[in-house]
Amino acid sequence: MSADPVISVRNLDLFYGEFQALKQVPMDVKDRHITALIGPSGCGKSTLLRTLNRMNDLIPSVRVSGTILLEGKDIYLPDTDVCLLRKRVGMVFQRPNPFPLSIYDNVAFGLRVAGMRDRSRIAEVVQRSLTSAALWDALKDKLHHSAVELPLDQQQRLCVARLLAVEPEVILMDEPCSALDPIATSRIEELMLDLKAKYTIVIVTHNMQQAARISDYSGYMLLGEMIEFGKTSGLFISPKDKRTQDYVSGRYG
Amino acid sequence: MKFNGENIAKYALMTVAFSAVASLLLIAVFIFKEGLPFMMKVGLKDFLFASDWDPLAGKFGIYPMIVASLWVTFGAMLIGAPLGIAGAIFLNEFAPPMMMKIIKPTIELLAGIPSVVFGFLGVMVLAPWIRATLGGPGLSVLAASIILGIMVLPTVLSISIDAIASVPNSYREGALALGATRWQSVYMVTIKAARSGIIASIILAMGRALGETMAVIMVAGNTVKVPHAVTDPVRTLTANIALEMANATGMAREALFATGIVLFMVIMVLNGIALSAIKGKARKK
Repeated sequence: MSADPVISVRNLDLFYGEFQALKQVPMDVKDRHITALIGPSGCGKSTLLRTLNRMNDLIPSVRVSGTILLEGKDIYLPDTDVCLLRKRVGMVFQRPNPFPLSIYDNVAFGLRVAGMRDRSRIAEVVQRSLTSAALWDALKDKLHHSAVELPLDQQQRLCVARLLAVEPEVILMDEPCSALDPIATSRIEELMLDLKAKYTIVIVTHNMQQAARISDYSGYMLLGEMIEFGKTSGLFISPKDKRTQDYVSGRYG
Repeated sequence: MKFNGENIAKYALMTVAFSAVASLLLIAVFIFKEGLPFMMKVGLKDFLFASDWDPLAGKFGIYPMIVASLWVTFGAMLIGAPLGIAGAIFLNEFAPPMMMKIIKPTIELLAGIPSVVFGFLGVMVLAPWIRATLGGPGLSVLAASIILGIMVLPTVLSISIDAIASVPNSYREGALALGATRWQSVYMVTIKAARSGIIASIILAMGRALGETMAVIMVAGNTVKVPHAVTDPVRTLTANIALEMANATGMAREALFATGIVLFMVIMVLNGIALSAIKGKARKK
């Protein structure tokens, strides 16, 4: 495993029309570590996350400049295959969004999209993905039930399983626990710590304790700027910037 | 109970609401009262499955009309449903929002064109064209299907647009985030999520096509004969009632009411299916 970051963001500016949501943002994401982005609402942390798999492309008025390197290659080059990029850099959303299909079809979705037709191979991957997301034992007898009838935390873990099936390199999580209760949240956190062994994770959270509990690196953002970025232990215990200190000590935000 | 403005308004509105329901009910009861005894007298088999329609000679087989109605309705759906659904998908998922703003109201305006105008177009333009290119009399199953297919387009399109638009954006995002292309996300997720609404749009459109009369009389040719080709002229159930009512008395008049019952039942069943499809969708959410 190289010491180079998997994702390296430099001088990233992003505009929604006239509004500048990201200002000269830098960030390095290390392989097989959890990187957390924290900051008050509207600081640009979700926007930054969504630049990493180009989900912001879906918004017509967005303009991006600067570089984002994924394993050394700029993902905003015109010849980038965005579908392939999104397979490599998967995303879990704020609200669990399983498709209104069966549990099985949800997990198989990414494979079918990629053109896989081999049924036994699909079944194998579905089982492996659900197992990795700690869902297999609970759901193996109802794989053909509708996914939207599951409890929320199982839905969210199903969304993770769905992602694992396409074997991404990086998993982006946009406040994955904000719709969940504390117990469900701790289950998702455990899952993230398990997944760290094989995947690189970037999580946006408005829950500072969550960031402190699970992440290795943290970035504090404010009004579109990356105020401070570094090891989570350092950022929370001895922040270098006064604004970071105010935030992590609960005086602001 | 006090007699204040609130109460007066409440009871006035209640009366209006009940009289609307009551008049519908009365119409239904009247049709059945007139038609059912006839059906009993002639016998269901000789009514529904006999091919001779000659009221003066006491022959009341509406089988050719049933087949004609089914052919024409099916043909209309074959044309209207794919166009409407494809249009709805395009406008929702691929077209710039400006285009939706222009095209949707335009197509909904189609619903306001009187059916006699559609029929007139059919007679003047479509029928001669069919006669020249495919042979036959021109006035035919095909002509009726095409005209009806266009007439049901607003129904299919606008209900399908609403169904697709109500699919949460998070499904699209989820699909795209797994590496799906726009089109894959449309046909693997969006259409499935909107399926019940789309089905409802087709069934409601079928009801419209089956019940349409004026345009069909003008372009279908009105021959009482079981069709063998799409270029054959036919008479539908609705056309039969409209054409014969002027000089129908006695049994013949009752036969027309009985035809009405058949139409009524079929459309009730179709609307029932459509309603339950829409409700099924609401329950799942």
